[in-house]
Amino acid sequence: MHVILEQIINGLTIGSFYALIALGYSMVYGVLKLINFAHGDFFTLGSYLGYTVLVFGAALLTAHFGLWGALTAALIFAAVSLALVGLIVERLAYRPVYPAGRLPAVVSALGASIFLQNTIMVGWGPRFQAYPSELIPNVHLQIGGIHLSLLQILILVMSFLLMGLLYYIVQKTTFGAAIRATAHDRKTASLMGININKVILFIFTLGPALGAMTGIMVGMYYRQISFTMGWNYGLKAFTASVLGGIGNIPGAMIGGLILGVLEMLGAAYISAAWKDVFVFIILILVLIFRPTGILGEKVAEKV
Amino acid sequence: MAPLLNIEHLSISYGGIQAIKDVSIHLEQGEIVSVLGANGAGKSTLLQAVSGLVPISGGSVVFSSEVLNKVPAYEIVLKGISLSPEGRRVFPTLTVEENLNLGAYTRRKMRDEVRKAKDRVFSLFPILSERRKQLAGTLSGGEQQMLAIGRALMSTPRVLLLDEPSLGLAPILVKQIFDIIAEINAQGTSILLVEQNAHKALGIASRGYVLENGRIVASGPTSSLRSDEKIQEAYLGGAALRKKAAR
Repeated sequence: MHVILEQIINGLTIGSFYALIALGYSMVYGVLKLINFAHGDFFTLGSYLGYTVLVFGAALLTAHFGLWGALTAALIFAAVSLALVGLIVERLAYRPVYPAGRLPAVVSALGASIFLQNTIMVGWGPRFQAYPSELIPNVHLQIGGIHLSLLQILILVMSFLLMGLLYYIVQKTTFGAAIRATAHDRKTASLMGININKVILFIFTLGPALGAMTGIMVGMYYRQISFTMGWNYGLKAFTASVLGGIGNIPGAMIGGLILGVLEMLGAAYISAAWKDVFVFIILILVLIFRPTGILGEKVAEKV
Repeated sequence: MAPLLNIEHLSISYGGIQAIKDVSIHLEQGEIVSVLGANGAGKSTLLQAVSGLVPISGGSVVFSSEVLNKVPAYEIVLKGISLSPEGRRVFPTLTVEENLNLGAYTRRKMRDEVRKAKDRVFSLFPILSERRKQLAGTLSGGEQQMLAIGRALMSTPRVLLLDEPSLGLAPILVKQIFDIIAEINAQGTSILLVEQNAHKALGIASRGYVLENGRIVASGPTSSLRSDEKIQEAYLGGAALRKKAAR
């Protein structure tokens, strides 16, 4: 019983990584109908920027602001940097090709992905990099017989706060309603006085910033990062957004969490070597039997 | 005095086809003006051009002495022109209230005004108040039409553009919608109405225009349009009327 609960918590941890990355895919897809293949690399770049701050700036930052200060600085630095990178990529790689249709934009996204990946490789080298090991005190707690590390609790709390914040913005504010309206019908949204370009810029800053923070959490959790990791995480997060219903923001969160838990349970009870296979079997099954995903159901429009 | 909305020698072409050719229409403060025409006559294109959704290739749209030709759609609302589009185009996955709030998107910081505008919409369409928490996609066709008009009113426009408000509605609902359009006008909003239902459109308006293949082929006070034989024939079921009279 405890084992299964622990596996579910492990699953929720990696699931929240998938969910936070999936949000970036889903927001962009919702508004632009574009699968932003560079999004996984935003995540990687954020992870590397956080790594650099923590490795080279930690001594200085920790001396002045303490451990939590250093961590916060790394998160903010990576998030702000990636928000800028997101804006630049949108401007240079996507905006010029929007008028040409959806396929050129997808090709351009793949190009942006390759470019970012190689830039990271050139900047930090092709080897794995290791996150500092004693960043978060290695404290283990036992709650009702379940083992939890302080790091894991921290990651879960932060992920859920970020998801809650995004959920609030998108579902409860008028600007969020504007984003959803734009995703549904751009022309009519502009009749409401919504500036579509502002919505696009917003999602291209928020998505990459969330991805960057996730990159740092993944670095702290697994300790090891590589310049190619965006591909694997990106693909799984994409699966999560399809599972939840692509373009649907609560769907991306639910899809990510479900995927993480299924992956962990599959790894624990069937075979760890096959865990990626479970994920992609889920993708295939969803695409065959419920291509709209869990929450992507269409409300019938009356004519 | 110059008219509130003045469309002068407007031409619109897209995809190599000229959809609107040299069309001039004006709307005075407080008026209802109807534009009649069959499917594909260019009625919707006309309203979309005024709203900034389709580019204008010739002529001009002037609203209270400001040229709107190059103004993007999202700024037209701010100027005081609001469109209730053909086919209603409510946001089906948003609630009725969220749809209305988006209608007042440009004034979202002015909470009191938004509340006032919403109260007005709810008094015009009480059913929307009952359904405020419901998803717009679950409304009936008539309710969606009310929502589309209500949403357009949320920006308290000086000119309301209505594109086929009777489309696909049962006669009793059409009557209800047109009664409310008259009431909106009586409250001071000028209305440019595009319709296929010529009886209703001429019944409510002071003046009318007839659009055929992108050109104005007739215009004038509604009384003179109604007595015009060609218009009776083409839009008012003239042949049927005469048969009835002969019997």
